[in-house]
Amino acid sequence: MKSRKRWGLFFFLTPVLLWLFLLIVLPQIDMLIMSFRAENDSGQMIWSLTNYISFFDDPIYWLTFVRTAVYSILVTCLTFVIAFPVAFFITKVVSPKFQGFFLVLLLVPFWVSEMVRVYGWMILLRESGVLNHFLIKLGLLHQPVEMLYRDATMVLGLVYTMMLFMVVPLTSVLESLDNSLIEAAYDLGGNMWTILFKIIIPHATPGIVSGSIVVFMLTLGDYLTPNLMGGKNSLWFTEQIYNQFIASFNWNQGSAFGFLLLALSSLVVWLGLKLSRQELSKVVQ
Amino acid sequence: MIRTLPNSRTYAISFKLYILLYFVFLFAPLLVTCVLAFNDSQFPSLPWKGFTLDWFTADLPNRVGIFHDQINLDSIAVSFRVAFFVTLLSVVVGTCGAFLFEQEEFRFKQLLYFLMLAPLVIPGVILGISVLLFSNTLGTYFEQHWNLDIALFRPSFWLVVLGQFSFIATLVTLVVSARLKKFDRTLEEAAMNLGANRFEAIWHVTLKYLRPAIIGAGAVAFLMSFENFNTTLFLVGSEATLPINLYLQVRDGSTPVINAISFLLIMGTSLIALANLYFSRKVE
Repeated sequence: MKSRKRWGLFFFLTPVLLWLFLLIVLPQIDMLIMSFRAENDSGQMIWSLTNYISFFDDPIYWLTFVRTAVYSILVTCLTFVIAFPVAFFITKVVSPKFQGFFLVLLLVPFWVSEMVRVYGWMILLRESGVLNHFLIKLGLLHQPVEMLYRDATMVLGLVYTMMLFMVVPLTSVLESLDNSLIEAAYDLGGNMWTILFKIIIPHATPGIVSGSIVVFMLTLGDYLTPNLMGGKNSLWFTEQIYNQFIASFNWNQGSAFGFLLLALSSLVVWLGLKLSRQELSKVVQ
Repeated sequence: MIRTLPNSRTYAISFKLYILLYFVFLFAPLLVTCVLAFNDSQFPSLPWKGFTLDWFTADLPNRVGIFHDQINLDSIAVSFRVAFFVTLLSVVVGTCGAFLFEQEEFRFKQLLYFLMLAPLVIPGVILGISVLLFSNTLGTYFEQHWNLDIALFRPSFWLVVLGQFSFIATLVTLVVSARLKKFDRTLEEAAMNLGANRFEAIWHVTLKYLRPAIIGAGAVAFLMSFENFNTTLFLVGSEATLPINLYLQVRDGSTPVINAISFLLIMGTSLIALANLYFSRKVE
C-alpha cells in the first residue's frame, strides 16, 4: 500500500516539477545570471555590474522605469474607483432577477483579445476616427484632433484593458457581504459615507487587494496597450526591454531590465500583501 | 443605499446613469469595430458609405477579404494549433497539479505551492524573455557539448506553446483544485475497497466528478492562449500567431480586413464565453 502511494505521488509530482523548474525557476535564474554578465574590452564575457550601472547612468532608463511605476499605480487607482460602483451596483442595488444578465454583460468584452480591444479604441480616437467624426458633425469641433498617442489615452486604454481583473474580485467579495449589516448600520443612523468606509470597504479589503495586485502587475508588464495607444512617446519600461532584446540584441542589458521590472513587481505585490495582512495563496482565490 | 433600503431619487437615477455610461465605455470600441467591418470604404472610419461584405468575401486587386487573405488565414491557423497544444498540456499538467496539492502530502509542499502561484505575479513579458534566454542557453550548451542543433530551443512554434503553457497551467491548477476540494474522498475509498487501484478510482470516479471544471478550465486556457500577446511576442519565430500578426498590421496602418477579423473573433469568443458560462451555471 505504502509503495503504491509513493507511486501516485511520483506520478503527479513529475510533470509539475518539470513544468515549474524548466519553465519558471531555471529561466528566472538564467535571466538573473545573464544580467550580471557583460563583454569586457577584449570581447570576453565576464561578471560585471555594467548592465545595472548603465541603468542608473542613463536618465532615460530610470526615468522610464519610474514613469512606468507611477502610471501603473495611477491606472490601478483609477480602475478601482471606476469598478467599485459597478461591482456594488451589480451585487447590491440591481434586482436579483437581472444580476446574472449584468454579470455576463460585464464579462463578455474581456474574453475578446486585448489586441482587438486596443484596435477598437484606435479607430474610435484617432484623427480620422469615429469620435472626431461625430464631434465635427455636432459642431463641437472645427478640425479633427489627434486623441491617440497621448498619456491620457494610454491610461484610458490600460484602465479599459485591466477592468476585468478588478471587477471580478470586487463582485465576489461584495457578494459575500451580508446585506443585514448595511441595513443595521442604516437603522442606527449611519449615512452613506460612514456605511461605505466603516462597513463596505473593510469587508471588501481582500478583494480590493487581490484586484489591485493583479491590475498593477499586468499594467507594469503590458506591452501592447502602451505601445499602440501611447505611440512613440509612450516610454513604457517593457518597450525598453523589447528594444534591448529585439532591436539592439543586447540580451544582457535586457535581462538586467527584466530583472529590475520583476523586482519592482514583486516588491509591490509583497508590500500590498503586508500592508493588508493577506497571504498570496488566499488572494489568488 | 442597497435594494432593500429606501433610496433617494437622485441616488437611484445618478447610479443608473453611471452604469449606463460604464457599459457604453465597455462596448463602444467593440461595437465600432464590428460596424466598420461592413462599411463600403477603403479605410476603417466614418462616413458610412453603405453596407458591404467585401471585407469578408472579396478577392479583388484593391480589396482582399479575410476569406482570401492567406497571411491572416495562416496566422489564424497557427493560433488555433498553439491554443490546442497549450490547452492539452495545461489541462494534463494542471490536473496533475490539482491532485498533487489537494491529495498528496510531501516535504516542501508549501514551497512548491508558492512556486506554482508565482507565474501569476510574474509579468508576461518577463516570462517571455526568461524562457527565450533559457532555451537559448540550453541550445548553445547542446551545440557546444554534443554538437546537436535542436530546433525547439530557437524561437518557434513549440517555444510559444511552452511559454504560454508556463502560466496557463497555474490557472488550470487553481480551477481544478477548487472543485477537487469539494470532492468527497470516501467515494474514492469505496472504489478502492471494491477492488480498484488508485488510478482506476481516479479515472472512473474522481475525473468524472472533475469533468465540468476541467472543461471550463480548458475553455479558459484555449481563449487565453489564443489571445496572448505579451509572452508570445518574444518567442515567436517565423509562424506569427494572430495577435502578433494583427499587431504588425495595425502598427503600419490598418484596413477594414482587420475589422472583419475582429468581428469574427468577437463573435467566436462571445459564443465560447457564453457556452462556458451556461455550462458552469448548470453544474452549480
